[in-house]
Amino acid sequence: MNRINSKLKADKKLLSIYFTAGYPALENTVQIIQELEKNGVDMIEIGLPFSDPLADGPTIQASSTQALRNGMTTDKLFEQLVGIRNSVEIPLIIMGYFNPVFQYGVEAFCKKCQEIGIDGLILPDLPLDVYQEEYEAIFKKYGLINVFLITPQTSEARIREIDAASDGFIYMVSSASTTGTKEGFGDAQHTYFDRIANMKLNNPQIVGFGISNKSTFEQATNKAKGAIIGSAFIKHLKQNGPKKIDGFVAGIR
Amino acid sequence: MSYHVNEKGYYGEFGGAFIPEMLYPNTEELRQNYLRIMAEPSFQKEFHQLLKDYVGRPTPLYYAERMSKKYNTKIYLKREDLCHTGAHKVNNTIGQILMAKKLGKNRIIAETGAGQHGVATATVCALMGIECVVYMGEVDIARQAPNVARMKMLGAEVRPALSGSRTLKDATNEAIRDWINNPVDTHYIIGSVVGPHPYPDMVARFQAVISEEIKKQLQEKEGRENPDYVIACVGGGSNAAGAYYHYLDTPEVGIIAVEAAGKGIDTGESAATSALGKVGIIHGSKTLLMQTQDGQITEPYSISAGLDYPGVGPLHAHLYTSGRGEFISITDDEAMTAGLTLCQMEGIIPAIESSHGLAVFEQKTFKPDDVVVMNLSGRGDKDLQNYIDYFKL
Repeated sequence: MNRINSKLKADKKLLSIYFTAGYPALENTVQIIQELEKNGVDMIEIGLPFSDPLADGPTIQASSTQALRNGMTTDKLFEQLVGIRNSVEIPLIIMGYFNPVFQYGVEAFCKKCQEIGIDGLILPDLPLDVYQEEYEAIFKKYGLINVFLITPQTSEARIREIDAASDGFIYMVSSASTTGTKEGFGDAQHTYFDRIANMKLNNPQIVGFGISNKSTFEQATNKAKGAIIGSAFIKHLKQNGPKKIDGFVAGIR
Repeated sequence: MSYHVNEKGYYGEFGGAFIPEMLYPNTEELRQNYLRIMAEPSFQKEFHQLLKDYVGRPTPLYYAERMSKKYNTKIYLKREDLCHTGAHKVNNTIGQILMAKKLGKNRIIAETGAGQHGVATATVCALMGIECVVYMGEVDIARQAPNVARMKMLGAEVRPALSGSRTLKDATNEAIRDWINNPVDTHYIIGSVVGPHPYPDMVARFQAVISEEIKKQLQEKEGRENPDYVIACVGGGSNAAGAYYHYLDTPEVGIIAVEAAGKGIDTGESAATSALGKVGIIHGSKTLLMQTQDGQITEPYSISAGLDYPGVGPLHAHLYTSGRGEFISITDDEAMTAGLTLCQMEGIIPAIESSHGLAVFEQKTFKPDDVVVMNLSGRGDKDLQNYIDYFKL
C-alpha cells in the first residue's frame, strides 16, 4: 500500500509540513526531511522551486527564488533524494508547478519518483481534465498518488468529481488566497469546514493555507483529517536554518 | 483546418487552462458566459458605439505612397496608433470592461509592462467609474514614469510587483495572485491574447475589429477584401491576433508575425519566442515560451517594452508550428532605423513595437502588385525618451 494511504488510516490528526527544496541552503533537503520525521511529523511536501509560483504568497515565493539562486534544479533534487528511503519511512510528496515536470518529461519524472520512493505529487496548475486525459495512467503506473485542491469557491459537483478522481486525500485550501496570505480562520472558514465534512467524501481531507500554530492546527483538524503548514515553517527555516525543528513541531502539537 | 480556438480552448496543441484550482471558478464563469454576452445585441451596440465615439474607430487604412515607392510594393498602414490612448490596446479594454459590468464585477485588476495596457485599462475604468488596480514591475515603474503618472491621473492605483525579475511577467503573476485572493467581485483584464482559456479567444475577438475594418477598407480602395500579406508585431500578440483574425482561415492571405530579436537571437538578450522558446506552461496557457532546460521561465530582452514577454499567445504558437504564419525576428537596431524611416517618409512617429513590423520591408521583398497591410499598432509618444537616447536627438 502507498505510504500516504497507510498514514491516512492512522488514528490521529495528521501534521504535514511543506518546505522548499534547496532553501535556506542547497544541501539542506535531506537533513530537513530527517528532522521532520524524527520529530513526529506525519507527512512531508517537498517543494520543487519554480520561477513563477502563481499560487504562492511572498514567503514561499522568496524561498523559491532563493532556492533557484542556490542552484536547485529537478536533477539536483532527485540526486539529493537518492537513498532517502534508507533513512526515513515518512510519506513524501513532491509539490510544484507543472512546467518543470513537463520539461523533465512527465513519464521520466514519475519513474524517477518511484525509484526514489516518492509517494505522491501535488501540481496545482495541472488541471483535473488534462490529468485524466493525458497523465493518470502514467501516475498509476509508477504508484504515485495525485492530490487535487479544492477551495471555498469550488462547486459541490466539482468537489464530487475531484473526490472520484482522487485516491489519497483532498487538499482543502482554507480560503480564497495565495499561500501564507491570511492568518487565522473566521466564520466563513468554519462554515466551509462543516460543509465539506457533511459531504462525506470518500477521500479524507487535509487543510492547507492559513495554518501557522497550535490554535489554527486544531481548528483546521477539528473536522478534517489533517493540516499542512508551509509558510510558517519557511519562516522558521529563514530564522533558524534546518535547526530547532523539534521546537517548531512541539509548538504545533 | 481552422486556426481558431476549438471548443476545449485549444489552438492545435496550444492553449487550455493550466490554472490552480483557486482560479477555476473565475475562469469557468467567464468561459461559460463570454460568448453569450458578446452576442447580446445590447453588448454589441454599446461596444461598437464606444469604439466609434470614444476610441475614434474606424481607424484609417492609409496607403503609404512614398514607402510603397521605396519598397516597390503596395503598402497600407492600419492606423491603430490613432486610437484614443495611442494604441490598439483600448479595443480590448473597452470590450472587457463591458464584460465585467455584465458579470456584475465592481473591481478591475490588470498587469502592465510599458504601461500602455495599464493606461488603457485605467481609462475605461475612469469612463465607467469602476475601481482599478494595475500591477506593474518595480523596474518598469522606474523606467516608464509618464505612464505611471497617466494611470494615477486616471484614478488607478499602481501597485509595484516586487517578485522575480520585477517586470511584465511578474506583474502578470501578481495580478493573477490578486485574482486568487479576490475571486468574487474582481475581473482581471488581461492585456494580450495570453493566459488561460477563454482569455486568448476573448481578447482576439475584441481585437478582431481591426481586420473587420481592413476588409471593408481594402474593398473600397483596392476592390478586394483580402491583401496578399498582413504584417504585425508579436509580443503576447494581441494586435497581431486582431489584424489576422478574419484572415486566419483564408490561406491566400499571407500572415507575417514579427518578433523582437533584441540584440540578436543568439546574444542571450532577445525576445524572439518562436526561435528561442519551447513548449511549456506560462500564465495558465500551454504555448511556446523562453525557459531554461529545467523549465524555469527566463527573462526576455527587447528595446521595446511591449514585445518584452517570454511567451507568446497560443494562437501564435499554433500559427508558427503549423507553418500558417511566417515568423521574422527584427533586432533593436533594425527596428529603430525602420521607425525613423517612417517618420521621415510618411510623417508618422510609430511605437517601437510597430517599428519592428515596419523593418520587415528591409528584409523581405514583395512583388510590385502585392497588397501588404502593416498593422501600425501604436504611436511613438511613449517611446520618445528611447528615440532621444538612441538617436542622440
